[in-house]
Amino acid sequence: MNMSHKSSGIAGFFIVFAALLLLLGLTVEAARHDLGRWNFVVATLIAAVKALLITLYFMHVRHSARLTKLVVAAGLVWLAMMFTFSLADYWSRGWLS
Amino acid sequence: MSDEPASLAASPLAHQFDDLQQQREAGEMGMWLFLSTEIMFFGGMFLAYTIYRMRDEATFAAASRELDLVWGAVNTAVLLCSSLTMALAVHAAQLSQRRLLVSLLAATIVLGSVFLGIKGLEYHHKYEKGLMPLAGLAFEWNGPSPGHAEQFFDLYFLLTGVHALHMLIGVAVLLVLLVKAGRGGLLGEFATPVHISGLYWHFVDIVWVFLFPFLYLIGAR
Repeated sequence: MNMSHKSSGIAGFFIVFAALLLLLGLTVEAARHDLGRWNFVVATLIAAVKALLITLYFMHVRHSARLTKLVVAAGLVWLAMMFTFSLADYWSRGWLS
Repeated sequence: MSDEPASLAASPLAHQFDDLQQQREAGEMGMWLFLSTEIMFFGGMFLAYTIYRMRDEATFAAASRELDLVWGAVNTAVLLCSSLTMALAVHAAQLSQRRLLVSLLAATIVLGSVFLGIKGLEYHHKYEKGLMPLAGLAFEWNGPSPGHAEQFFDLYFLLTGVHALHMLIGVAVLLVLLVKAGRGGLLGEFATPVHISGLYWHFVDIVWVFLFPFLYLIGAR
């Protein structure tokens, strides 16, 4: 609506789109090499970068109100809590026996 | 007095808001609150996937190699294209470019449908290979640990199925927007519904961005 939206413009969308396709090619290429357990780590990291690009640019979070940014961050914090506590449980359960 | 209802109906600003910016930000935050619940919804299933995969990484990698990497990558590209057309549609709506908005919404709908079509082809292929442990169908696995392989395909159909359902809802929402845009609505100050629906569409794209590596790429090819 305001000028900052217009100036970010159409060119920015195409640059982000090109970067996303590049990352897709990169993640497929990485899967063709046997990196052992690192295959999963590399694939997850590339997916996270793609998700970040989509969120910041396609979803305009970069230019959104601070309250919106807070809601986005809160969603991710709750997700991190769910994974951290659950995986800590599964990780450490064997120590008891 | 008599023409007041007509002027109210034509106003882009609902009466409970102070100004257009406040109205837009309220809509945006409402959608993000919904998307936060969606993060937890999909997050729970991703967590189940993570825990089952930790139990038998080798079998999950072997089961992952049964998926068709080419169709998976093509579908990822199709969804990324649809996110680009969606982002451009929001831009066109805000700049009141009606014909461009209609074309871009239609393109997004077509790309979403192509994704669902390819997904259907993949499902059919899994059915033919006996890798669809749904509705009492026999699961055929020649390698070791058929139970864990079946768990992988249970999760595959659960995750991609729920994702496909979200895609269907997204396509339905975009069809409504397409009709409204065709009638000359959703332009300029009225563009918020396009922006809000776009957030949902991009979110469903992001879910697939994680599903693709977790399902297709965990076993080196």
